[in-house]
Formats: sequence, structure tokens, C-alpha cells
Amino acid sequence: MKRSHTAACLAMLLTQTVIADAPKEHLVNQKAKQFTVTALNAKVGDTVTFKNEDDVSHNIFSLSDAQTFDLGTYGAGQARSLKLESPGAIEVECAVHPNMKMQITVSQ
Amino acid sequence: MTTRRYMRQAMTILALTLVRCAFAYADSGQSAVLQAYLRPPTVPAPADNVPNAARIELGKALFFDPRLSGSNWISCATCHNPALGWSDALPTGIGHNGKQLSRATPTILNTAYLPVLMWDGRSGSLEDQALGPVESADEMHQDPDVLVGKLASIPGYRTLFERAYPGQGISKATIAKAIASFERTIVSGEAPFDRWVQGQSDAISASAKRGFELFTNEANCVACHSGFNFTDGSFHNIGVIDPGPADNGRFAVKPLKAMRGAFKTPTLRDIALTAPYMRNGIYRTLEEVVEHYVRGGDVRENLSAEIHPLNLSAQDKRDLVEFMLTLTAAPVSVQLPVLPSGVTAELPRGPHLAGLSSPASTRRNP
Repeated sequence: MKRSHTAACLAMLLTQTVIADAPKEHLVNQKAKQFTVTALNAKVGDTVTFKNEDDVSHNIFSLSDAQTFDLGTYGAGQARSLKLESPGAIEVECAVHPNMKMQITVSQ
Repeated sequence: MTTRRYMRQAMTILALTLVRCAFAYADSGQSAVLQAYLRPPTVPAPADNVPNAARIELGKALFFDPRLSGSNWISCATCHNPALGWSDALPTGIGHNGKQLSRATPTILNTAYLPVLMWDGRSGSLEDQALGPVESADEMHQDPDVLVGKLASIPGYRTLFERAYPGQGISKATIAKAIASFERTIVSGEAPFDRWVQGQSDAISASAKRGFELFTNEANCVACHSGFNFTDGSFHNIGVIDPGPADNGRFAVKPLKAMRGAFKTPTLRDIALTAPYMRNGIYRTLEEVVEHYVRGGDVRENLSAEIHPLNLSAQDKRDLVEFMLTLTAAPVSVQLPVLPSGVTAELPRGPHLAGLSSPASTRRNP
């Protein structure tokens, strides 16, 4: 009885650990030609989705050493996703609107 | 009968109330739209270079002084001429030794409000931008380190710099800061459109009002030409033809597909004073500009998603132009400064002297 209880506890702990380490989905909207989130902490393997809630197109990109990407131009209501590949600071910008800037801090 | 009369009166009152509500709703809607065009309460400036009278006086002197150029005969004001809307009325600028530049001289009106400067946005502030044309081999052709020595050799400048930036001396940084301080004073005046925004209903014509409706709705010019300065500083490839080699624009700064051939959205303030139009001065009139957008641009490769053909009538086009003309304020006379006297330590190097032709350069300008 005691042994089975210990095993159950271990299984639960393991499950929680697995859940805690499961990749997360983050949402960053673009609204009024700004990012709705300006600083985001995330982990390698997480996904960030950028959704355009404006009626003009956006083009999200980064030329940071930690990760370089260009999500291309996408219009109103559309979204693009990015998988975080390596740790570091990613400065995210919109190519169309130079005022739009945010940072993702990626840890292992 | 009495009941019927009361009913009729009640219906009339109800109808009038509904009409009033509809007008009030329309007014509040338009009022909310117009709020976006109000002048910002202050002109932005960085904390380490807050303008004051001494800085502006020095910056104005530097701006109009041809000794800032290698040839000693081109000043900032040669191209950014206050009598020509702070531009030069040329399709593209003319630089050192008469060199034809590849881009139009942008007005410096309201540059204080811009997030980035130059057609390709390669400068992040007026301080960063100020010495760019000075040291450009094609434009003012002046080694900035040599310029520091030149200015230091003129006693009047030593006094002006000490007043403006006490203890900081004459340096590339203080030269740039002073010019930026003067440029922050070059802001647009009150135009008929501004008076309309403030509630003077007859400040602009019925045609201009229709043009504003088109501008903000069907033609959707406001997608980029928004806010008080009629630009959001965004970058777009709008399909302008290059008579010569294709100009990649913003792509040189941000090497992303969408930025190939993209340029910064210019202000429309004082637009009547800054012809010809577009980044290479290809159009002589606002009518030609409107036709460009009606066509949806001419070069379709890598065209901005915001550009597509427009179905506008001849009257619509006239209304759009009429509206844009309401963005021009009454001209303001600019008094030229008396420059500190003194012959520079450098020998005058007019372009008539031999051996001073511009070195070959592929750099884009301005």
C-alpha cells in the first residue's frame, strides 16, 4: 500500500515535470501599429504566434544573432508563427513600421 | 382628434430626436477621426539635447553656412531651401561638383516627428543624420574631422559653441546636436485643414471635404499617410518607375524581401511647396501622383500589399488633390542668419579648381 502510494506520487511528479517542460504557445498581437506585448520570456522549443489585428499589413522579422527570421508580409486577421530555436535575446521588429519593436528573451 | 394630434406631435418629436441622434453620432464619429490629426503638444527631443535659444542659433548658423562643405559653397540650405518648402524643386538633388544625385531632396519639415530619417531610414535620429550629407562624398564632400578644425579656427563659432554646449567644445557630436536643434524648429504652420479639424467648418471647400473622405476610406491613403504629420514613417514599395538602375531603397538597410524597392512614406504637410513628387521626383504635379495610385503603381514586382488599382472618378481625383492642397500652411519668411566671419584655415576649394572631382561612389543619397 505504502509502495503503491509512493509510486503514484512519483508518477504525478514526473507528469508535472513533463507538463512544465512542454513547449508553450505565446500570442503577440499587432494592433494600432504596435505589438501588444513588448517583452516576452520564453523557452527554446516554444512557439510565438504573431496575429495581425490591424487593417494594414505587417512584416515581422528579426536580424538578431540569437535567431534570424522573416515571417513575410501578411494582412489583416492573418497570423504567422515562429518556433524559438536557441537561447538569447531576440529583437523583433516590423519591417513596414519601424516604430514597432519588442523583445523575446529565450532561455533553455 | 386630440389624441391623434398628440400622437402626431409625439411621432414628429421622436423623428426629430432620431435625426438629431443620427447627426450627433455622425459628428462624434467624424470628430474622433479628426482627433488623430491634432498637432502633438510638444516637439520631441532627446533628453541629452533639449533645444534652447543658444543651440538653435548655433544650429541655424551651421545650417546656412556653406563652409560646412568641402568646397565651402554648399550649405544644408542649398538643397533644403526654406524658400522652396525646405527642399530644392528638383527631381533629384545636386551635390558636390554638380553631381546629379539619385534621390529627391526630402523636405526637412516636421522631421522632428519621424521615427527614422532619410528615404531608406538609415538614420535613427536627427543627431545621427545631421552629418551624413556633410561627409557624403557625393553631397557636401566634407571630412567631419576637418570640419571641426575649420569651425574652431573661426572665433565667432568658438563663442557660439561655448554658449550652446558649455564645456563640450566643438566636436562632431556638438555640430550634429546643434543642427538637429535647429531642425526641430522647422515645423509646419497652421493649414486650412487644421482650422477645419478645430471646428471651422468653412475652412476647407466641399470638394476638399469629399477628398478627405476618399483619403481616409475608399482610396485608403491613410493606411500610410496618417496622423498629424500625414505619415506613419512606414516603408513601402509603391511601384515607382526608376528611369535608371533600380533603387533598392530600404533593402540596403534591412535586407528583407518586402523592403526591396521600399521607401519611407513622406509627409504631406506643405505638399504644394515640395514638387516634384516621389523619391525620385518623377511626378511634377499632385494630379500625376493621384493617377499613379489609381493605376496601382507601375512596377508590380515586390509591390506593397497596400497598393492596388483604385476605381476613382474624375471628380474623385480632383477632390483628392483639393484635399491635399489644404495641408499647406501660409508661407513663412525665414530670416537668414549673419554667419560668424572668418576665412577658414582650409583653402577655398571651389569646384572650378582642378583635381577635385567627386570620387566614384555607388552610395545612395539622400
